[in-house]
Order: sequence, then C-alpha cells, then structure tokens
Amino acid sequence: MNKVIELKGIVKKFGTVYANDQISFDLSVGEVHALLGENGAGKSSLMNVLAGVYQPDDGEIIMNGERVTIPSPRHSIDMGIGMIHQHFKLVESHTVLENMIAGVKSRLFINYKKLGKELTELSQRYGLQINPFSELNMLSVAEKQRVEILKVLYRGAKILILDEPTAVLTPQETARLFDIINSLKSDGHSIIFISHKLDEVIEISDRITVLRKGKHIDTLKNEHLSPRSLTNKMVGKAVELKIERTKTDYQDILLEVNNLFVFRPDNSQALKGLTFKLKQGEILGVAGVAGSGQKELCEAIAGLQDKITGEILFKSENICGKSPRDIINLGISMSFVPEDRLGMGLVAGMDLVDNVLLKAYLKQPGIFVNRQEAQKEALNLIEKLNIDTPSVHTKVSKLSGGNIQKVLLGREIELQPELIITAYPARGLDIGSAHKIYDLLNEQKIKGNGIIFIGEDLDVLLKIADKIMVLCDGEVTGIVDPDLVTREDLGYMMAGKKLERGEVG
Amino acid sequence: MIRISKRLELPPYLQWLIRASSIIFALIIMSVFLLALGHNPIKVYSAMVTGSFGTFFRFRKTIELMIPLSITALGILVAFKMKFWNIGAEGQILMGAFAATFFALKFAYLPRPLLLILMAIGGSLIGGLWALIPAFFKVKYATNETLFTLMLNYIAIKWIIYLQYGPWKDPQQAGFPKIPDFSVNATLPTLGGIHVGWLILIALVIIAHIVMNKTKFGFEIAVIGESKNTAKYAGMSVNKVILSTLFISGALGGLVGMMQTSGVHGTLSTSITGGIGYTAIIVTWLAHVKVHLIPVIGLLFAVLIQGAFFIQTAFQIPHSVADILQGMILFSALGSEFFINYRLHLVKNRRAKRVVK
Repeated sequence: MNKVIELKGIVKKFGTVYANDQISFDLSVGEVHALLGENGAGKSSLMNVLAGVYQPDDGEIIMNGERVTIPSPRHSIDMGIGMIHQHFKLVESHTVLENMIAGVKSRLFINYKKLGKELTELSQRYGLQINPFSELNMLSVAEKQRVEILKVLYRGAKILILDEPTAVLTPQETARLFDIINSLKSDGHSIIFISHKLDEVIEISDRITVLRKGKHIDTLKNEHLSPRSLTNKMVGKAVELKIERTKTDYQDILLEVNNLFVFRPDNSQALKGLTFKLKQGEILGVAGVAGSGQKELCEAIAGLQDKITGEILFKSENICGKSPRDIINLGISMSFVPEDRLGMGLVAGMDLVDNVLLKAYLKQPGIFVNRQEAQKEALNLIEKLNIDTPSVHTKVSKLSGGNIQKVLLGREIELQPELIITAYPARGLDIGSAHKIYDLLNEQKIKGNGIIFIGEDLDVLLKIADKIMVLCDGEVTGIVDPDLVTREDLGYMMAGKKLERGEVG
Repeated sequence: MIRISKRLELPPYLQWLIRASSIIFALIIMSVFLLALGHNPIKVYSAMVTGSFGTFFRFRKTIELMIPLSITALGILVAFKMKFWNIGAEGQILMGAFAATFFALKFAYLPRPLLLILMAIGGSLIGGLWALIPAFFKVKYATNETLFTLMLNYIAIKWIIYLQYGPWKDPQQAGFPKIPDFSVNATLPTLGGIHVGWLILIALVIIAHIVMNKTKFGFEIAVIGESKNTAKYAGMSVNKVILSTLFISGALGGLVGMMQTSGVHGTLSTSITGGIGYTAIIVTWLAHVKVHLIPVIGLLFAVLIQGAFFIQTAFQIPHSVADILQGMILFSALGSEFFINYRLHLVKNRRAKRVVK
C-alpha cells in the first residue's frame, strides 16, 4: 500500500531524557494505525513531531515519498495533518462555524450561508451530525470532539491524529466515534489512533505500534491479537492484571450525603440533590462522563465549594459548608486527591519536602514548621512508591506526570485518613504503579476507612468498587452493585437512563 | 533560524554568573553612552564608588539611602512572595510619615523615648492600615491590587501636600508652605554617626528571614503565592493571611516613613521618599524576592543613587544619566533571566520543503 507518512529513526530528547529514541513508524492510505503505550511511552511526543510542535533531534520525516521538515503547526496543517488533541482547542462562546474559520487565512468577508452549507455537507458525509450554527457551549463533550474532527477535515486534513479520543466518551459514544473513523477510512483518510485501552485498539485498528519508554517495541498486524499479549509488550513483562475486591464486615455509616446541591459561580446547578451513603471499609465508585459533577462532589465534601446546600454528615457531624480548616479543627481526618494535581493538590513551584509539609504543618506544634519531619516522610514516599526524582528538594513541577501523581496519592494515603476522596487516582500511571495504588486503597479499606473513588476506566471501577454511583449532569442515575451490571449498563446510566436492576440505593 | 527551548535547571553558581555578567553588560553599554557624552566611563564609575564611600559623610549618605530602600523592599517582599503586587509602598511610606509627624507635632512635650516609640507605632499602624485597604477590596471584591495600590499613592501624596499648604503649615515661615521642623525629642538618635535605622534594618532582616523561611506564617504566604486553591485545600485561612501580610507590608513602609521624617529630614514633605517606594520594587525583584539578598541589592542601589549625586557635581553629568544606568541594570538583569530559563539554538535548515498537494 501507499505510505502517506514514514517516520524513520525519530529521536526527541528533553535534556538528558529520551522521549523518543530511534522510533520508526509509517502510515498507509486508508489505514487506522494505533499507537499503543503507557503514559510516558512517547506517543504524544512522537505525534507532536508530526504536528510541528516539536522538532526532532534526529531522524527523517517522509511524506508521500519526499523528505520534509515540519517547522511549525501551521506547516503541519498545510501538509494535511490534523491533530485532535485530548483537550479541545475550541472557543466556547463561539459557534461551530466561527470555530472553523478562526485561524484560517480567509478573505475579508465571510459568506456564512455558503460556508454553513459546505460544513453541513462535510458533516453529513462522515456522519458527524454537527449543526454549524450551534454554539459550542451548548454541545456535549462528544459533540465537541466531532467539531474538532470537522475542523481538521475542513482545513483539508487527510491524516487525522486522535489523541486518546475515547477518554472522555461513554461506551456508546465510543462506538459512534468508531463508526465515524470507519467512514473516514473508507473515504481514503488515514488515521493515527492513540490509546492505552487495549480492547478499543484491537477493535478499531488495522495495525498496532507499541511504544515503551520512548522506544519502538513492535508493529503488529491486527490479526488474532489478545489483550494479554499486547499488555505484555506494552509493559515489558508479564503482568498479573488482577484487581482484588476485598470484603469487609464494617457496618457503621461513615459518610451520609443528603439532598446535596452545589451551584457554580454563575448559579447554575452542578449537583442536583445528591443522596448517598458510604460505609466504613467500603469503596464507592463514581462513574460518569467527564464534567458530570464529579469535581463538585469531591470539593463539596472536602469543603472547597462555597455555594452548597444540603447535608454532608461525617459520622453524623454535618460538615456541609465548612471550610477545610473547620473540618480539620473538628478532628476529622479526610484525604482528598483532586483531579487538578498541580493547581490544587500540590504546589508546583515547591519541592517534595514542602509539598509533604503542606498537609502536615497545621498539626505541628508551635509557630515554626518542622521540615525534618516532612523530609523523612518524603523519603519514605519516594522509597515506597518508587518515585523517580533527583532529590527530595526537586520542585514537583519538574517531575513527570506519573511521579507527580505518586507524590500526591502517597501523601494523602499515608495520612491514614478515615475518608479518602480520590479523583482518577490511576490517571497518568503505568499499569504497575496503578495496581500498587489499588493495593494501597484496598489496604485502607481493610482498616475500616471509607473511599470515594472517582473513576474513568469502567472496567477498573467494576472490579474495585463495592458499589458504583453513576452521575449524569449532576444527578444520580443510580447506585448499583458492580456484580450485577455490565460496562454497557453503566454506559447507559452515564447517558442519563435509569436501570431497572442492580440498584443498591 | 533560531529556536528557543526551555532549559533544565542550571546550577546556582552558573545562574549567578549569568546575573552578574548582566550587570557588567549594562555597565559596558552605559560606557558607550558615557563616551558619547565625552566622559571616561572608568573614571565615572570609580567616582561613583568614591562618591559613595570616599568620606564618612558620603558613606553616611549611602547608608541613609540603603536603610529605607532595604526596609521598604522587605515590606514589598512579603506581599510579592504572596504574588500580591503591592506597588503602593510610596503611599504607605507617606502615610506612615504622616502619622509619625502627627505625634511629633502634637505631642512634642513627651519624653524622647516615649515620643519616638509612639511615632514608630503610629507610623507602622497607619502604613499598615493604608495597605489593608486594597487588601480588603481584593479579598472581598477581587479588585486589581496593582491599580489600587498605585492609585492610593497619589491620594497619599495629595494628602501630604494638603497638610503642608493647609492645617500644618508652619506659621513662622512667613507664608512659605512648609511643615514645621521636628523638635529634638522627635528626632531619631544616631549610633556611630548614622541614625539608628541601620540597627533596625539588621534586626528586621533577621526577623524577616526567620518568618519567611521557618515559620508556618511564612509557609502559608509562600503557598498562597503559588496557588490560592492549594492553600485553601491545605486548610489555610487564605483571606486572613492575605490581610495580615498586607498589614505587615504596609507597616514596614510606614516605619520607613517615620524613620525618614525623624532620622533624615526632620520634617514632613512629599520629598522624604525620593522615589524609594518605587525603587524598592526593583530592589525586591532583583533580590529574587529573597530576604538575605535585599540588603545587598539595597546597598547596590544606594551606591547608584548616591554615586549619581556625586558625579553630577564632579562631572556635571545630569542626574538623569544615573536613572538611565539604573534602568539599564534593571533591563539587563531581568533580561538575563531569559537566558537562565531558556536556551537558544541555531538550527540549520535542512532542505525545508513544503509538500504541495
């Protein structure tokens, strides 16, 4: 088959770290080629080379048989490469159409009608179902993603790079995306599909390239592949992918939330009357499409939301509306691993010691801070969780995402809190570290501590949680027993449909 | 083609080497300018040094500049550490000076130690309250502190001018608008020929160093500076810390106001600051918002200012030339941070070719 792109021996260094070390990769016309690898394997770096964001330190890029350089994102777009980033690059307050023309060199006047027609046609051709005149902030996440696809198509992309596109989608929305990918493919587009989810990769791609720690491991035709063999290639060793659900006998209610409303700064409702209970020694999984109120739920319990009503009873003490300081003063030990690691959980510009100190200093006696104590704890964390850092005095912003994650999770779990609220604890971690975290959470559970586990990987939630609460647009669509439901069921619930069975209240 | 990329952290000695060479760079560029004006730059620079340290009188003048610069810079530092851009030190100094003058004029009969203490407390208190105004509005209504603190400077200046031309005008000056000179009781004593402000400066540097680096309060200031969300998350009373910090920031300015009236000028006028409130911002910034560097940079700028006065008389070089030099140093010192954080690469363009479809 015709190769549209060939990457040969691409090297990309950041200081002394090799993000890409002699990686070769090629893409044929009308092919879906998956790039598989753990976080930090070098997938994004490689694609940023194609997108013109990074310049490779060595290696060749060959497009349609000609050697090229891609000095800027603008060149990349001109060459027909369209990247759909994980975080959408769209202007929320504008219409779809306005988003299309932003940044495109155009004439002085715009014929909205004609352009709208063109876009509608383009959209229909690939089943995108996007109305060019709708405002962005009225669209769902899945629709915004399709707007991104429409945008790169409109700009003439023949090669589409999709960076972890399914991370924000329900299973049903994912299926729909795959239909779109297939119709693009049959129309002669070539697609690079980045993911770390094995089932999806096996479902959609023609070929699979596995990267590990910046190196090219293998490129395989997608025939008779099993998730297991791929995992082993991805991780580099045979791994036991088992998550235990330990049973505990605790009966006492640890946390009871009644009719909880949370309002956003613009007074719209982020949570609409949530009610649930959490027992000691229990893991409550929370599922939902990103932005369904998970963040507000966590922050409301942790005392970080201002406009809230309802009841949050921690061992029958109402902490609704109390600040984190108040909660600490009540003697409640609660840990919170927020989704925004560097903006909330950690201080990016401070070293490990000070970041450990952050959660310890209030309990230290006197007016002085005790950094020796914090340093000891930091060293303990480094050893226990294999944190890769030059020293305890390295700023956390200089660490990789996975290591930042470990610092935060480690600190919060080591506090031995009665309640742990954790948002996406495994995000950014390699499989080994993720399982280490699951083990640590299970350990806490056995000790009788309660855990609220906001998850994105439904398979993990189904395995680790004792019950799963599904959120859709700030409302609970159900609290179910993971043994009685499937991931598809959860998907339906995430889309707002009630389920008749499995309800545990 | 030149490409810019972020550097890994340079070793500290290299960082300081780059910063030091940036000052040398500024001096070299300035030399060209001085040559163009027909002066020998080496002579001018050495005259600036002898002008600052050559005699005890000059040395005293230099230290008298260094004291208010450094103390004001300390005050600015605590706010800047929290990323609260307090550029209202000028006004805080003047309001502190106003309060000190109030006691100096109305309670002149009190014994000297008591009066001086009253003046110091009054000056700090009013300076602190003056800084508390923008802090309160920032906390309550999220106003922009940069504009707010700056605007308050003008109010303070006009207030002093009002006093000078109105209620506090010295009747013995035969109509000349001037606030009366302080009595001996209201004058700061000297120690070793220089007013005792230098002792206060040493004490404040030590205290500030301990507070900022060793105490919970200092830690809270630093965390809030990095991220208010994180601070709240960690259980800090963010608003309380912001308000107390700004009070301290303004109080240090107010204390400077007291020292300038009582120790240097012996009266109140808008010229007691001599722009210290603004120059101290530069000092804080060049000291990298680090307490122990404040006196060093404070001294450097005192030499620049004092040296400029000297060369003005010795070489007939306009004082504004010294301002240009100050600006030059600031410009290249701040510019050097770019080279500390980023690297430049010259990229040889290997047959850059765009594919035309």
